[in-house]
Order: sequence, then C-alpha cells, then structure tokens
Amino acid sequence: MFAAFMAHAWIVATMVAIVAGAVGFFVVARRAAFAAHALPLGAFPGAAAASLLGVSQLLGLAVFSVLGVVAIARLQRGERREVASALWLALSLALGTLLLGFSGQYVQSIYGLLFGEVLGISRGQLEGVAALGVVALSLLVLFARPLLLESLSGDLAAAAVGRSPRLEWVFLGILALSTAIAVPVVGALLVFSLMVGPASAARAFTDRPWRSLAVSVALAVGTAWAAIALSYLSNWPVGFFVGVLSAACYVAGRLCGRGIVAQAA
Amino acid sequence: MTDSSMALAVEQVCVALGGRRVLRDVSFCLEAGEFCGLIGSNGSGKTTLLRAILGFVRLEAGRIRLAEQSTGTGLIGYVPQKIALDPGLPLRARDVVALGLDGARLGPALPSRARTARVDEMLQAVGALEFAEQRVGLLSGGQQQRVLVAHALVRRPRLLLLDEPLANLDVRSTAEIVALLRRLSREYGAAVLLSAHDMNPLLPAMDRVVYLANGSAVAGRADEVVRTEVLSSLYGYHVDVVRVHGRVVVVAAEASEQIHAAVAHNPEHTTAVP
Repeated sequence: MFAAFMAHAWIVATMVAIVAGAVGFFVVARRAAFAAHALPLGAFPGAAAASLLGVSQLLGLAVFSVLGVVAIARLQRGERREVASALWLALSLALGTLLLGFSGQYVQSIYGLLFGEVLGISRGQLEGVAALGVVALSLLVLFARPLLLESLSGDLAAAAVGRSPRLEWVFLGILALSTAIAVPVVGALLVFSLMVGPASAARAFTDRPWRSLAVSVALAVGTAWAAIALSYLSNWPVGFFVGVLSAACYVAGRLCGRGIVAQAA
Repeated sequence: MTDSSMALAVEQVCVALGGRRVLRDVSFCLEAGEFCGLIGSNGSGKTTLLRAILGFVRLEAGRIRLAEQSTGTGLIGYVPQKIALDPGLPLRARDVVALGLDGARLGPALPSRARTARVDEMLQAVGALEFAEQRVGLLSGGQQQRVLVAHALVRRPRLLLLDEPLANLDVRSTAEIVALLRRLSREYGAAVLLSAHDMNPLLPAMDRVVYLANGSAVAGRADEVVRTEVLSSLYGYHVDVVRVHGRVVVVAAEASEQIHAAVAHNPEHTTAVP
C-alpha cells in the first residue's frame, strides 16, 4: 500500500484532512454543519459544468463554492442559515441534474465527485490542493480568535469592535476553499463527514479551544489514513471508510462527552 | 459636569425601530465610578437604549457621548441579555476572559506572562479563580455571570453595560453579583449601567436610577425618582409608590393598568433571603 502510485493518495488525503479537521472545529463551534454539507454538494454542479466545458474541475468547484457563499450569506439576512443553505442546495442540485442531462458520458467522473477519487489524484491536482490548503489555513489562523469569540456570542464579538464584525463571510469563504480542495478527494457527499465527525469528537476530549482544534486535526488525519489503508486491504471504496470512521469518531465523542457532563453535574 | 469625570452622556436620544418610536427624548449622564440602574418593565426600551449606546442602533435624533479613551482601555464593556453559553464549546472560563482582552485581534494568540497575569487578576477580582479551568458552558448561572463580567471588564473600559444580568439568578447570587459590581465600579473607576425589570436588589447599591416607561425616561437619585408624583407623570397615569415591609412597590391605581411591581429591599434588610 506504500507503492509509488499510492504516494499521491497519502499526501493529498493528509492535506485535505488537516484542512477539514481545522475548519471543522469552527463548523461545529458555529453550529454550521448543514452549511458545511450544502456548500460541497452545491459545488458539485460546478465540477460537472467544468467537465462539460473542458476546464479544470477545481476551477468549477471554486466558482460554485463562491456562488454558494454569496447565496447563503445573502439569503440568511432574512432567513435562518439552515433555510438559506437548503435553498442553495435545492437550486444547485437542480442545476446539477440539468448538466448531467446534457451528457450521459460523465457517469464515472460524477461518481468520483460525489464519493471521491483519492487514488486518481494527478500531480497537478496535488499542487492545486496544496496551494489552496495553505490559503485556507492561513485565513483560519488569521481569523481564529475573532471566529472563536463570535462562536461564543455574536453580541460580544460586535461589542469588541463596536459594530457587527461580518465574520460570516470570512467563515463561509474559508469553508468554500476547503470544499474546493476536498471534493475531488473525498467527494461532495463525504466532505462534511470529515469536517463534522472528528471536530465534534474533539470537543469531548479537552476543554481548551486550541487543543481541541489540534485533536480535531489529528482525528481527521487518522480517519483519512485509516480509510485509505482499509480500502487498500479490503478493496472497498475509500469513501465508505471515511464516512464510517468519521461517524465512529462522533459516537466516541458523544460517549466520552456524556462522561464529562456527568462528572460536572 | 466636567468632561474629565464624564463616562457617558445621553442627550435627547430618540430611536425608532420598524417605524415605531422606541425611545423618546432620553437624557441622562453618568460619571466615572457611578452605579446606575436602568429600570423598566419588559418592552420599555431598556435593551434598545443599551444597544444604542453600543452603537448597534441608529439614533433618529440626539447624541451619545462617551469618555475620551486613554490608550489601552477598551471602549465599552458589555454583558448581553440571556446569553446561552454552549456547553459543548471547548472553552474554559479563563479562555472567555482572554477573549475579552484580545478576542477581536487577528492572528494567533501568543502565550505571554503579562497576558496570563492580567487574566488571572481579572478572574480573581470577580471571584472566578477557583473555576477558571472549568468549561464555561457547564458553570452555574451565577458563575457564568461572573465570568462574563470579567470578560467585559478585562480591557478596563470606562463604561460597563449589563443587560438584565440578574434575570434567572437566585436571590443569593443576585445579591452577590450586585455587591461585586458595586465594588468593581469603584475599584476600576468604571461607570456601571445595569438594566433590570425589578429594582429592589439594586436599591442599596445604586447611586442613580434611570427609570424607563414607554420609551420615556426620568433620571436622578433613587429617592428623587421613585416617588408617586414623578412616576405617575412618567407613566402618564396615576401610580402609587408604596413602602411595605421595608420594600418599595410601584402599583397602578387602576386595576386594569397592570404595570410591573418594583419591590425594593430596605437597606436595613439587605441580608439575602435563601
């Protein structure tokens, strides 16, 4: 499983897991799991469109992620974030259906977009993922404290700067970047499991915010590595193991978390 | 008032929200170190007034002046109403206070001895040192309120606003928080403006009261404001200020006009009833 053709898979999965684990910490803190589901799935028609037009999939995903950010951020002024996310999801999936209808020959690549294709990562894709991953992580480090403060209370964050800090745009932007790099690897359906499972488990293991973020990253990387290894050994799809192991993380966190609550009470 | 001691000046402020006039010609001043109760029933405009002072709400008329800031002090300390701290959030009481110090800054928080010392000092000042390492969402209501006060005060603001901080606290915690705020406002030289629908726990501590009814306000010392003729004129109909068993109750003369009862401890009877 450490053969040369697997090298790209290990590297790209590690990078995606680091970003997903770190971004996931804020996704869970801000109770934005549904947005983290809607953005990747809503970006998948972008990749389908890119295939049709013969341009880079990463570009298509990025464009549709940005559109998703704008749609969700604008719509949630009047509606709650869940409603805004659901509206965007419905709209983009409808478009995805249309694009699929235009061409019957992309079934294989569509399958890859939904469930991931970690073994088919090219050198060029690797570089793209690395570049966007560095950007996403840099933004996250830059805005870490304000994002955490706003997760605690929007009013407190606003009082600290004397106005509404508009961090939702920043947060959704970071989410969109992570989406664009993670979708080709773990698939639109499973990005959110890698973001939400490890991060929600990490909340239970420590009371310190930055340590919890580090645990989240470690669990996400562990999940990704274990999924590749198990997939190699069993010949079952990587996505299956990513989903199951993320859910296992979540369950472990819930069980452990209950222990913490019981001790405190 | 000389500008050097002025912490807050609210001058003929009018605010309209959604076409409805919420505040009408509200005026009052606070000096550094003063403790002021903002009293009124639900819907009287207390929260809107606090949000206007914070700059969250646009003024239709009038103006709000704050003390000039010396460098290193925060603008306004704020404890919002009914804040629900997520018990799932991995955040210790100490982290909440640290976020009050520099939570709006960009970039990673580098650990420094001075920063830790300042957080420790603030935790000590509010009596939260013993639960500083515990997850804030799992603390009791009174403990959370102390942590939020520390969060609001750690940048040494000249003005501290608290929106109904005593709601949902038991009698003992209420008395403790009031005494704590009274002491801190003197020690830190910060003016405290605290909203409450029930003025009684505040009467022993208050230097000044701003009484709001239907968006209009009357301000002054408690014994000047909480009087039958003053409050009747504010409400626009007759109310009685009655002293019963060492407490003060404001009652409407007509049974159909239900206003809130503001019950006050007599200073001689401030021992908390468990």
